[in-house]
Amino acid sequence: MSKSDPHAPKRLALISSKGTLDWAYPPFILSSAAAAMGWEVGVFFTFYGLTLLKPKLTAAVSPLGNPAMPMKLPFGSDEFQNINWSMPNLLMANMPGSESVATNLMKQKLKSKGVATVEELRDVCVEMNVRLIGCQMTMDVFGFKKEDFIPEAEIGGAATFLEYAADADIQLFV
Amino acid sequence: MDVTVIKEDQVLDASGLLCPMPIVKTTKAIKELQSGQILKVIATDAGYPPDIEAWSRQTGNLLLNSIAEDGRFVVYLQKS
Repeated sequence: MSKSDPHAPKRLALISSKGTLDWAYPPFILSSAAAAMGWEVGVFFTFYGLTLLKPKLTAAVSPLGNPAMPMKLPFGSDEFQNINWSMPNLLMANMPGSESVATNLMKQKLKSKGVATVEELRDVCVEMNVRLIGCQMTMDVFGFKKEDFIPEAEIGGAATFLEYAADADIQLFV
Repeated sequence: MDVTVIKEDQVLDASGLLCPMPIVKTTKAIKELQSGQILKVIATDAGYPPDIEAWSRQTGNLLLNSIAEDGRFVVYLQKS
């Protein structure tokens, strides 16, 4: 359907270009919310965003080069949880395992606050017929095959996305 | 509409969930209802009251009432 059809639902077109845990959330949150409002949604997964179509998600978050990221512990009293344990990048860079520590802390924080996992949000999107389009060019560059992704994913290129986005009410790059 | 005269057909407890799950679960619950039936939703997400207003405008399902009480939010929705 498209805007030429007056009865067509609203349409959201997203580009998901980042594969870290923090950046995995926005496209799936916006997609599932839009689909819940009865909108048509299509997401084009390109470059590092393409890894979000793998059956098993391994998205991590890096505190390195991410100076705005709050470093807060997911346990203890509210006051304790609000302490920001900011650490300089140089220290993070030299500390083994700092990325997995940060990833686990963020996952626990999200869970304790009642945020769904990325996997759950992606399942909602699949259930609500959000179009998940993997970028063919990125697949060629990084050596992915269609079988590397969840079966609901379709494959396309820039023209596939642009044609879909041209008829969308909202287009966002994440 | 006066909340004392609203009689819900179904109750959804979305307490403890954050965006977008209360909206997603609301959509799923309303799909199970017949046109004209009423869904009561309880949520603790402070973003839910403004979100459910937008959801109501976008989906056409009627927001009958929205109440904030003791850190939780209760809304009544009528399926279009």
